[in-house]
Amino acid sequence: MAEKILIRNGRLIDPANKVDRKTDLLIVGEKVAKVGAVDVECDRVIDARGRIVAPGLIDLHVHFREPGDEEEETIASGSAAAVAGGFTSVVCMPNTNPPIDEATGVEFIHRMGRQARKTFIYVMGAITKNRQGVELAEMGLMAEAGAIGFTDDGAGVQNAAVMLCALKYAAMLDCVVAQHAQDDSLGRSGVMNSGYNSTVLGLPGIDPLAEEMMLWRDVQLVKKTHVRYHAQHISTAGSVKIIREAKEMGLPVTCEATPHHLLLTDDAIAEYDTNYKVNPPLRTQADTQALRQAVKEGLVDALATDHAPHLQSEKELEFLAAPFGIASLECALGLYVEALIAPGVLDWPGLLALMTYRPAAVIGVKKGTLAEGDRADITIIDPDAEYVIDADKFVSKSRNCPYHGRRVKGRVEKTFVAGELRFSADR
Amino acid sequence: MRKQNQEKFRWNRKHLLGLKDLSRQEIEFILDTAGGFEQISTRSIKKAPTLRGKVVVNLFFEDSTRTRNSFTLAANRLSADVVEFTKKSSSVSKGETLIDTARNLEAMGIDIVVIRHNAGGAAKLLSRHIDACVINAGDGFDEHPTQALLDVYTIRQARQTLEGLKIGIVGDIAHSRVARSNIWAMTKLGAEVILVGPPTLMPAQVSRLPVRVSYSLDAVLEELDVINMLRIQFERLGSNPFPSVREYSHFFGLTVDRMKRAKCDLTVMHPGPINRGLEIESQVADGPNSVILRQVANGLAVRMAVLFLVNQGAAEQAKKKA
Repeated sequence: MAEKILIRNGRLIDPANKVDRKTDLLIVGEKVAKVGAVDVECDRVIDARGRIVAPGLIDLHVHFREPGDEEEETIASGSAAAVAGGFTSVVCMPNTNPPIDEATGVEFIHRMGRQARKTFIYVMGAITKNRQGVELAEMGLMAEAGAIGFTDDGAGVQNAAVMLCALKYAAMLDCVVAQHAQDDSLGRSGVMNSGYNSTVLGLPGIDPLAEEMMLWRDVQLVKKTHVRYHAQHISTAGSVKIIREAKEMGLPVTCEATPHHLLLTDDAIAEYDTNYKVNPPLRTQADTQALRQAVKEGLVDALATDHAPHLQSEKELEFLAAPFGIASLECALGLYVEALIAPGVLDWPGLLALMTYRPAAVIGVKKGTLAEGDRADITIIDPDAEYVIDADKFVSKSRNCPYHGRRVKGRVEKTFVAGELRFSADR
Repeated sequence: MRKQNQEKFRWNRKHLLGLKDLSRQEIEFILDTAGGFEQISTRSIKKAPTLRGKVVVNLFFEDSTRTRNSFTLAANRLSADVVEFTKKSSSVSKGETLIDTARNLEAMGIDIVVIRHNAGGAAKLLSRHIDACVINAGDGFDEHPTQALLDVYTIRQARQTLEGLKIGIVGDIAHSRVARSNIWAMTKLGAEVILVGPPTLMPAQVSRLPVRVSYSLDAVLEELDVINMLRIQFERLGSNPFPSVREYSHFFGLTVDRMKRAKCDLTVMHPGPINRGLEIESQVADGPNSVILRQVANGLAVRMAVLFLVNQGAAEQAKKKA
């Protein structure tokens, strides 16, 4: 007999179906059996009074470091961090060691994800062999193995002909091609945004143009190919403009924004704190404002953490030598609330749309909704709970979190994946 | 005036990481203290017992001859024991980290670390992780505070005050820690700083610094009271910021010809080592307006003062804790 779980009295927000009302939801087995008044005997009843009941959150951009850097994160520890952050599906990036550039790698990630039995794991494979930007990786075989898209994340595909070829080839696979847009000829040696702060700190900068030039180039390639293209972690006002123009032309271009690019600026680096070293780098207030405006206008399709765990010992290196990345999977929701709900950019249904069905659409999967018959991936949120982020309590293996000690509002209470309670805050 | 300054002020910093965060009063206090130490070099017995029993480590991750020797000599004159630690570029993520290296040295019982490093922020990083005093002897393009201190000391010696002076800093501003520390020190002491060089050697958003910028040396030469010619550091230049050495010298070299058009009492400085004939002609470097060797001599007094003061700052802080 399948388990029956009743979630009562919650504010059910299902943005895809334009639902936002106080009601009950019944889970039977892996599925949502009913939305509305329920009159059956249940194995378990959860009182969700004052809570938001949302489709399970989806993060399009995480690094779980396995294979290769298991001391920083594993698929098991990353998956546990994901459900603690309310994420029932995540997309793992292929820049592991070795990179995920063939089908066996894709299968390995899926298998480890199933064993972890926490969040659902999707995989993006590499666009090019060994992420070197030269020869196409076996995109077709990876797609057959379940890869839902491709990216050389960590670096952009520098060569325009290679990128054009990748886009054309992806047309046959119906997969999205994602890009970490950064022109190395302008950005390679930099470690932070190029500007006043890099000048005062004496650190080599990454010009905003490095991102914008590649993004602009890619949009031209999409104009030619009409293949789904996703701009990862856009960080500049100029990129917002390019995305706006691409969307106005009706091109199949999507983009994502990270909590750090919505919240933080390069002013934070004044003391060379390497927890703020991230790629693309933190920009200026004009850029965070432009990104928030883009969210408001609906130009941003998804919020994505770019959860990038690193060892403390590596982050304690000189700013030049320390690796790029911020670990934020477990505290992301509170950060989005601070960046987007608190200043009135979005309301809760608007925020949840960018964390549920819209990211699902980017990778072309049917998820992020809570209609009867849907898979019961559900996140229960206390929107009023305030708490102080404590990186030392993360279940992630890493602590490279610049938000440690920050007070945020909005807490994940319970996370169900396929009808199974995989995380509970009070446990 | 300077005497008064010394009397009411108490130094309490245990690190010297840069000049950006120092007040005018603190900078002047270091210069005044250096003035006291200057005479030691003229005595027949060039030694004071100030740091007897203290251990100074020269932790140098970059090539340096004059700065390292100057610190060593300064420490010796104050009777400290000096440990030399030289390691070619540390910026590797594998192998011993900067912090581990420093902690190991600290375990041996050291009092002051003088660090030179190729990464901006290295001195600050170190100061957060060890108890010993940290003196920044140059970190990446960030700061080189003792160089700037000896520069302003030398200017004060030559011109009495920096107040109202127009000082040109010429050359590779983008990759120069000397320029950054100079800008902070000189502007705090009341001088106007004019950065001169090709746009390709100016850092991003340079206009937001408290300086004027000129791409033409000839356009500003006549108004300058002091000129500081930076060394072209070929090892730091990335993608050919200028077409040739010849072209650079043509526009930005301090030549005998240009000296004729400058104020007759123009003070000519250079942090060394000099590329003779490139940024400065030999006749100018060795000529009557040059204070380049004074800079080196003054470096010793300034570094003695800094070693003395950080040690005193550490003692002050220890007292407060107790």
